[in-house]
Amino acid sequence: MIQFDAVHKRFPNGTTAVHDLTLDMPEGGVTVLVGSSGCGKTTTLRMINRMVEPTSGTIKVGGKDVTDQDAAALRRSIGYVIQQSGLFPHRTVLDNIATVPLLLGHGRRKARARAAELLETVGLTAEAGKRYPHQLSGGQQQRVGVARALAADPPVLLMDEPFGAVDPVVRTQLQDELLRLQKELSKTIVFVTHDVDEAVRLGDRIAIFRTGGHLVQCAPPAELLARPADDFVADFLGAERGLKLLSLKTLAAVPQGPAPEGDTWSLVCDETGRPLHWASQRTELPVRPLRDGDSLLAALDESLASPTGLVARVDAAGVLTGVSSRDDIHAHAGQAHADARVAA
Amino acid sequence: MYELFKNLGTWLTSGSQWTGTDGIAHRLAEHLQYSLLATLVAAAIGLPLGLLIGHTGKGAFVAINLASFGRALPTVGLVVLVFLAGGLSMLPVYVALVALAVPAIVTNTYAGMTAVDPDVKDAARGQGMRGHQVLFQVELPLALPLIMTGLRLALIQVVATATIAAYVSFGGLGRYVFDGLAQRDLVQVLGGAVLVAVVAVALDLLLSGLQRFLFRHRTA
Repeated sequence: MIQFDAVHKRFPNGTTAVHDLTLDMPEGGVTVLVGSSGCGKTTTLRMINRMVEPTSGTIKVGGKDVTDQDAAALRRSIGYVIQQSGLFPHRTVLDNIATVPLLLGHGRRKARARAAELLETVGLTAEAGKRYPHQLSGGQQQRVGVARALAADPPVLLMDEPFGAVDPVVRTQLQDELLRLQKELSKTIVFVTHDVDEAVRLGDRIAIFRTGGHLVQCAPPAELLARPADDFVADFLGAERGLKLLSLKTLAAVPQGPAPEGDTWSLVCDETGRPLHWASQRTELPVRPLRDGDSLLAALDESLASPTGLVARVDAAGVLTGVSSRDDIHAHAGQAHADARVAA
Repeated sequence: MYELFKNLGTWLTSGSQWTGTDGIAHRLAEHLQYSLLATLVAAAIGLPLGLLIGHTGKGAFVAINLASFGRALPTVGLVVLVFLAGGLSMLPVYVALVALAVPAIVTNTYAGMTAVDPDVKDAARGQGMRGHQVLFQVELPLALPLIMTGLRLALIQVVATATIAAYVSFGGLGRYVFDGLAQRDLVQVLGGAVLVAVVAVALDLLLSGLQRFLFRHRTA
């Protein structure tokens, strides 16, 4: 658990980066700090491992005031990932990952063994460990950055726009990986981003900051999207915030029926039962089958694209289990909004 | 002109010219000894200074002004000055050569340190490295290519200038230049000058080759 209590940060040039911040970041959860540039979100993050010292107020990690601890020792106990990965260009990937274990005096052999283990954890090959950072792609470098932060198995992970510099496809992959890792490791993660979609995807709680270092609202994503505290938050979340809420709900609960046969359109499957396309007498249209774990937003999107308004549902193996109607999906979408309002 | 070069060829290649206390081999050894010692002393002064300025970010004006000071410094004047103040010894020569080499070393070391990516330094601190660990494990290794360039430039300059040892009656390849001038022996003057140039260029090639080998894993 990370606790901010009445924390103020004023820089020597007179600008206030963080204004009277009181905020709890729950243990084992992902707290996303979001806001436009200059809102104090990065400063807030950097005060946790004392890369920036607060002007007043207290910050506690695991119940202990950070300013009472030796800064270097504190930082070794907290994972730290930054935007441009900040890898050491003169060290191999393996030695980069081994940094903190080496600083802790674990010995080169043990540190390297641990680093090799982590390569696999973040989805890199053992061969990548022998290379130098500049020989990797941007996405791979970020994976190494995450591995380096995890090397000493710290309970807390600070991530400052870690996926900000990679392309959207790789970014989505890295987000998926982080969610997968988090399921296994249950770290207390503080994640800074200016991307609302990223915040909604990753956050258990989202803290929205406004210029001048004011925290405006901190809430779980669904609550935030359903009940923004004020116009600033509503604007920041964007005009499609209703749709973003649907990205948090799966379509598992939406009823399904048998696929239509003998109508104008029929769903063509291959011999193993995997949907191939929609077919009429005259033409064929593509189908995007969805699994139970896919979002209501994806289902709504597909129901609009589908010529019948029906969404093909498949199991984990991709075999057709049935279809859901546009009306049912719409009804569940409405229900999701109603639930979120009640919960909030 | 042709005659001159023919005589120069004979001078450089005759066996007797290479042996004895006034032989090329001995003078070359003296020359290298002066140069290396002066560069080592300059490195002992310049490296810590450049690292300190680069690491703390304080005193950058020292590094910058030292560069222009070094360019403006009249080497022979300095030799004469220290000679007049301290009497005849190798000291004036070393003082002048060290003063010549220090600016190149300080400014290149400082430049190397400031060229280290701030994100990398931030990450190093953020992983929990202490000040000296950031300096020796991250900044110094990353600045090393430029630091070595500074040392190389300093050494080349010193080699080219170490002829002044002969000006105050000591040895080195400058002996041929000053003796040749005194004896109006143009071949000897030219021979000395050519030898100095060849040594300087050879050292430069050797050291830049070494640099390329050592830093082959680095990007530009």
